[in-house]
Amino acid sequence: MASATINPTRMELNRLKGRLKTATRGHKLLKDKRDELMKQFLEIVRRNRELRAKVERGLEQANAAFTVASALMSPEMLEQALLYPKQSVELDMRFKNVMSVNVPVYDFHTKNEDPAEIYPYGFAQTSGELDAALEALANVFNDMLQLAEVEKTMQLLAEDIEKTRRRVNALEYVMIPGFQQKIRYISMKLEENERGNITRLMKVKDMILKEAIEERQAQDARA
Amino acid sequence: MYKIAVLGDRDSVMGFKALGLETFFAEDAEQARHTLHRLAKPAGGAQSDYAIIYITEQLAELLSADIDRYKTSVTPAVILIPGKTGSLGLGARALQNAVERAVGADIG
Repeated sequence: MASATINPTRMELNRLKGRLKTATRGHKLLKDKRDELMKQFLEIVRRNRELRAKVERGLEQANAAFTVASALMSPEMLEQALLYPKQSVELDMRFKNVMSVNVPVYDFHTKNEDPAEIYPYGFAQTSGELDAALEALANVFNDMLQLAEVEKTMQLLAEDIEKTRRRVNALEYVMIPGFQQKIRYISMKLEENERGNITRLMKVKDMILKEAIEERQAQDARA
Repeated sequence: MYKIAVLGDRDSVMGFKALGLETFFAEDAEQARHTLHRLAKPAGGAQSDYAIIYITEQLAELLSADIDRYKTSVTPAVILIPGKTGSLGLGARALQNAVERAVGADIG
């Protein structure tokens, strides 16, 4: 990669050495970051897997209960029963910093504190199955919220790990070898120049010596 | 203050309404795509009100490209849930994809 554009000078050599040092240090730091991110990520993935299984199971139950309820009640009745919710949920979002990745943390609070208050209808005209369905849903809701948090965290971490991994690889396989090669090229060129210089000096010394000897011989001859 | 949206076919999401979540119905892909984008990115570039959008796998299957678009942004979190016909395993596959993306290989 020693391109024709680099100057084999001492200044350039020093500059490259500095950059190599920075790159090596950056590589080490990024590698540590990647490893730690990976550790966190795998933990999140494990939790995500658990939560997803739990949520899917819970929702399946709730859906089954709903199917039964809708079989027992007319669609109009069902819709009417659920039309005006008594409950409302508000979500607060904070951010947590995981290895300089901002991941969301959700806090939710319901307007109605009483857990028995989730049924937005009178009990007279609805079937008991609907109650069961809503209860199942309410139970799984907390897990759903956690799942959302964990899943988003996982997506964000995955993105960041990918980025960090690319940086580490770029430094390790492109930047650092490139610098090393350039440094080698320049120092070889400088050594070559040095050797050239020494030979030239020796040559010049020989010539001066020879001249001096000849002069001396001429003097001796005249004497 | 953020809200939570649930997007899916009528029967799948009806129950969430009683829990106080905001439900949106969509029966086909076009409708779902439209609703998803409206929820995630309201017109005029304002910040979305919705921090979490739950979407049924049945719909998500039809608009995976649209969902992928929100993967890298902090809000909203688009989360797949099984609809009334049960789980398609898409959520699990999304997890697998994320692992593959991060690790660079499928580590199972």
